[in-house]
Amino acid sequence: MRAFSYEKVKNPAGAAARAAEVANAKFVAGGTNLLDLMKLEIETPLHLIDVNGLGLDRIEGTDDGGLRIGTLVRNTALAADERVKRDYPVLTRALMAGASGQLRNKATTGGNLLQRTRCPYFYDTAMACNKRKPGSGCAAQAPGAFSRQLGVVGVSEACIATHPSDMAVAMRALDAVVETVMPEGETRAIPLADFHLLPGHTPEVETALKPGELITAVTLPAPVGGHQSYTKVRDRSSYAFALVSVALIRQPDGSGAVALGGVAPKPWRNAAADKLLPEGAKAVMAELMKDARPTEQNRYKIKLAERTLASALNEAKG
Amino acid sequence: MNTHSDMQAGQDTALPGPTTSKTRLVVNGTERVLEVDNRTTLLDALREHLRLTGTKKGCDHGQCGACTCFVNGQRVNSCLSLAVMHDGDEITTIEGLGTPEDMDPLQAAFVAHDGFQCGYCTPGQICSAKATLEELRAGIPSHVTKDLLANPPLSPEEIKERMSGNICRCGAYANILEAVLDVAEAR
Repeated sequence: MRAFSYEKVKNPAGAAARAAEVANAKFVAGGTNLLDLMKLEIETPLHLIDVNGLGLDRIEGTDDGGLRIGTLVRNTALAADERVKRDYPVLTRALMAGASGQLRNKATTGGNLLQRTRCPYFYDTAMACNKRKPGSGCAAQAPGAFSRQLGVVGVSEACIATHPSDMAVAMRALDAVVETVMPEGETRAIPLADFHLLPGHTPEVETALKPGELITAVTLPAPVGGHQSYTKVRDRSSYAFALVSVALIRQPDGSGAVALGGVAPKPWRNAAADKLLPEGAKAVMAELMKDARPTEQNRYKIKLAERTLASALNEAKG
Repeated sequence: MNTHSDMQAGQDTALPGPTTSKTRLVVNGTERVLEVDNRTTLLDALREHLRLTGTKKGCDHGQCGACTCFVNGQRVNSCLSLAVMHDGDEITTIEGLGTPEDMDPLQAAFVAHDGFQCGYCTPGQICSAKATLEELRAGIPSHVTKDLLANPPLSPEEIKERMSGNICRCGAYANILEAVLDVAEAR
């Protein structure tokens, strides 16, 4: 690990201002992903700004009947919150499908959104990776590369990494909004749909955040009810990243929302696919995967996603 | 660019502040004040600075669970946390749970059920098992909990899921499960 200096901050706008003014500074909250990457020298910040003292660790009702989840709310606390379990069960299910008990006790809401891909070529500093070292190439797409876990849609010639979060997939199905504060103190709200960026030619740019901008909360709209589920398919039954996951909200009239994890650089959902839900999994997945560019090794994910959604829909219909 | 010798020196003029910090940990009820390199993980602070070697370093990347201990009553991977981030926190390690003369019920159950072979993962397993039973009692759901609004059952399925962050390469899982179930049922 490279040497770095360290400070604690006391207010959100001050934290953002500090991050903008100090070269190569990073926020640290739970640290479960950042420290791992620092040990591997994939992340090499010169300065860490510890935001754990900001107090943004409460879950509160909003004026429109939704919830505001402070950025420092830990994954365990969020999953176990009575309002979340009752009104947003897809979120509890997604959180509990991710990581381990130890990690969920530390991992934060904001940090979960900002975690980096687990693409093995991003992790191996001896390999070419445009996300880690822009312009170096994408070893994951070289002949003979191991790509069965990587993305099939929304990917580019520069990068086929997936976003690893389960939580974000459920939040995408729930139309979550990310609240932030800028270095100048102004705040803004970014729909989660627009928060993560597709790789295109710049896979190193992963989110809509500006330099220094700090996530303060994630808000959920008023509960929408319906049958909610999170179905995750992985190589072992616990403590593994998704090959494919499906967050489903299905209303009694057959309408609803579906978001996919494990297949794309961001939680994968679109309005046209949602509208096709009454027609079944095949129609929905044809729409969600219409621009897919899979590799030979990960082509199976398209069929697996359709079957996973079919299974979730069957369960929702009882 | 930092060279290795820069990093060893503890000072780097390119950085906006010092590379060491003072941190006060309350470890197993005793206050310990340390001046550490900012890079020091909680795990290394416990093992190398405080000589509490019960907490083990397995993978050092949060994948194996050997480093599991408690911070303010919650289980964490101590390898993925910096000591300087725990100023004022209460840390409980395996040494704080029991002693050979006065074992925690889980420690006794691991002995009775032969819940280990080489023993390297055992402190992490026992800390995680203790947290698992507390989390079940607190009604925290898991991936295998069927009804989110009911209290999760003390079932083998629940315990296995909640222990999945602790790897045992000897494969003593069956006896670990028996030991945890034994204590769960005794409660």
